[in-house]
Amino acid sequence: MGTGQILFNAFALLTVVSAAGVVLNRNAVNAALCLLLSLVGVSGLFVALDAYLLAFLLLLVYAGAVVALFLFIIMLLDARGDSRPVLHRLPLAARVIATGLVLGGVASFLVRGRLPEGRAATTAVGAALKPYAHQLFTTYLLPVQVLGFLLLIAMIGVIVLSRRPDGPEDAA
Amino acid sequence: MISASLNAYVAVSVLLFAIGLLGVLIRRNTLVVFMCLELMLVAATLALVAFSRHNGTMDGNVLVFFILTVAAAEVAVGLALIVALFRRRRTVQLDGLNTLRN
Repeated sequence: MGTGQILFNAFALLTVVSAAGVVLNRNAVNAALCLLLSLVGVSGLFVALDAYLLAFLLLLVYAGAVVALFLFIIMLLDARGDSRPVLHRLPLAARVIATGLVLGGVASFLVRGRLPEGRAATTAVGAALKPYAHQLFTTYLLPVQVLGFLLLIAMIGVIVLSRRPDGPEDAA
Repeated sequence: MISASLNAYVAVSVLLFAIGLLGVLIRRNTLVVFMCLELMLVAATLALVAFSRHNGTMDGNVLVFFILTVAAAEVAVGLALIVALFRRRRTVQLDGLNTLRN
């Protein structure tokens, strides 16, 4: 087993185990920190796939900004943990069935799923910066513009949403 | 250098997606449900990068670029919505948000 294989196993294990931690932790702060670990694992997998820019961006945007935002909001709302859920019969049955379906799907993929075992492309086109720039400024120029507008709209929307409503409806 | 097979990467991606979906199904805290949504998004990006690397194309990588941007905007808007919801209802538990029932 080469070094690359060992690194892949380690990062895959880190990713999946800490993702399970997000789901299983009752404390929201711990869940956010598990999400951070899981993102570090995915970023390591990106490096193993020669996508260095994307690994860096994932750490920067997700681990840096998104998880920090989550932690801020958790502390702002002071919403630690889950209250003991009131389980009604119908939602519980639906949840059990849906969980069974998900687990069955994953099991069937892990047992029977076989993608073509051809050799991977020898040149890593995603390793350098230049291909990204070339694609973003030629083929994907319109989506880039649309994304710019999307970010602007999201920013305005967040500002509107987070203004304190000055009316009697503020009394919860 | 690519060490593990495409199958292995896609298996990790599937597991990550399933864990995120399970979290969305069984957790009651809106914030944790939102984190699990992010997990599902990251699982999709992992599959995209793996296929892109395997096929030697650039499209999957560029799509991941866009997904990261949209996810950042989505998190900002989603958390603003959760904060607005908390101001009005004083809870972030999904069980407490049942105004439309009955």
